[in-house]
Amino acid sequence: MKLHELTIQDAHNLLKKKEISSKELTGAVLDRIEEVDEKTGAYITVVKKEALLDAENADKCISKGEITPLTGIPLSIKDLICTKGVRTTCASKILENFTPPYDATVITKLKKAGAVITGKVNMDEFGMGSSTENSGLKTTCNPWDVTRVPGGSSGGSAASVAADMCLGSLGSDTGGSIRQPASHCGIVGMKPTYGRVSRFGLVAFASSLDQIGPLTKNVSDCALIMNTISGYDPKDSTSVPKDVPDYLSALETGIEGLTIGVPREFDLDEGVHPDVSMAVKNAVKKMEELGAKCVDISLPHSKYAVAAYYVIATSEASSNLARYDGVKYGLRDKNQNNLIEMFKNTRKAGFGPEVQRRITIGTYALSAGYYDAYYGKASQVRTLIIEDYSKAFEECDVILSPVAPAPAPEIGENAEDPLAMYLADIFTLSANLAGIPGISLPCGFSNEGLPVGLQLTGGHFNEETILKVAYNFEQATDFHKKKPNI
Amino acid sequence: MKISKKEVINVVKLARIDIEEGALDKFAGQIGKILEYIDTLNNVDTTGVKPTSHAISLTNALREDELKESINRDDALYNAPEKEDGFFVVPKVIE
Repeated sequence: MKLHELTIQDAHNLLKKKEISSKELTGAVLDRIEEVDEKTGAYITVVKKEALLDAENADKCISKGEITPLTGIPLSIKDLICTKGVRTTCASKILENFTPPYDATVITKLKKAGAVITGKVNMDEFGMGSSTENSGLKTTCNPWDVTRVPGGSSGGSAASVAADMCLGSLGSDTGGSIRQPASHCGIVGMKPTYGRVSRFGLVAFASSLDQIGPLTKNVSDCALIMNTISGYDPKDSTSVPKDVPDYLSALETGIEGLTIGVPREFDLDEGVHPDVSMAVKNAVKKMEELGAKCVDISLPHSKYAVAAYYVIATSEASSNLARYDGVKYGLRDKNQNNLIEMFKNTRKAGFGPEVQRRITIGTYALSAGYYDAYYGKASQVRTLIIEDYSKAFEECDVILSPVAPAPAPEIGENAEDPLAMYLADIFTLSANLAGIPGISLPCGFSNEGLPVGLQLTGGHFNEETILKVAYNFEQATDFHKKKPNI
Repeated sequence: MKISKKEVINVVKLARIDIEEGALDKFAGQIGKILEYIDTLNNVDTTGVKPTSHAISLTNALREDELKESINRDDALYNAPEKEDGFFVVPKVIE
């Protein structure tokens, strides 16, 4: 076994037994980045020197017997999570040279646990996109087929995990941005319940939808990272003061007697790629073999989720991104005669086309005379979507669906049609509107050998149940063991 | 068309974004198509439905008003595009 191919749990066991050092492990990961990232383009910034220093410190701790499940483990971080002293670009030209003076709470927690940060990874600019093609800085390719996108917006996180250029990663999910790239890259990704993980230091896209979560090689590693990053944070007024269970021990039991809901509105025979449809249907069968009961449920308003989402997300974005004005940080366009011109020229030069589109839609939806018709209406539909889920979770413990309607598209396939790209988020973004947790895990491959993911969602703060179902499925299948040939 | 070029110019002005004249038609077309799709929301009867702003609603997240350490002035100014004597510098505001 090559060191960079290890899971977090296996690496931890070897570190604990002192069979390997974090310096060796981190060195192997850094070598791997040098070897393959030219092809995948996952990293925006690699912090080699700092990572090796962190690894040395981790080794010192381990020699003193101080070890947590993440001590000495090399992880990559999506480039919209603030890292003190390390450039945090949000893959935007407007923040290309921004160096945060503080750490996000999740980074503070990872550092306290002794984790090693290898660098910052690519994404769609500010998280706006589903393919990482909207990055203002570089292109990231899917490790399974470099002519295809890795998914997005956490495409750099997913590609870096799938290609063994880290042992795990932190991403963020506003409408599927962790789960969908995890699906396209054949790994595990979790969006926790809204409020479960602190958003302090996460650069805001849509504040009522954003949530940080892990991307990992398997379900146990996902549970391990969740154990470290979850919990109340006084610095995030939307984080929820609620005890964090041990997610790893939640994996220990079987799923006999659990009820899994399959929403009839997510028709697997229409609008879903046949290979995805097949893989998901086989997953339903597997769940039944494992003792779960699969039942038909209804989410009657799910067909309005995309429309409601793109009003709410763009409205919040237009407000959140007003801060990029060229005054306190980030880019300032030199071509200016007065303040207003400076704002306009800076934002024109700094924001890419998708960000400009979304700010415009959001500004329109919030403008006088349109507020009730757009934002007001979408917020009401959001209530109906939440009620659909509350009713559904009276009948089942978890809900099963595809993650994306098709495997990873080719680079450039949807470039001219933003709406087509939005519609591909149909299965994931309801969870953000409802604030519920969701996980994506490998459940098959297309005929062309591209990974297909399965999504499981649960009720608020019920990460334990979806992790348990995911783990039982993973242990009964081999999809997570296959690696891309890059 | 759901949104006219003139309306787009006005919204873009509100958002302090500047779209090239040559790119405006395409931009307005894309925005119009998305807004048309969003109009499907009008098929939902929402009479009497309360709007949701946060899925997990917490009320009154209060804390004691205590003095705590914060970032210092040098750190706060570190990323400033232009600064002078401990201040951010902006172009002339009053003509």
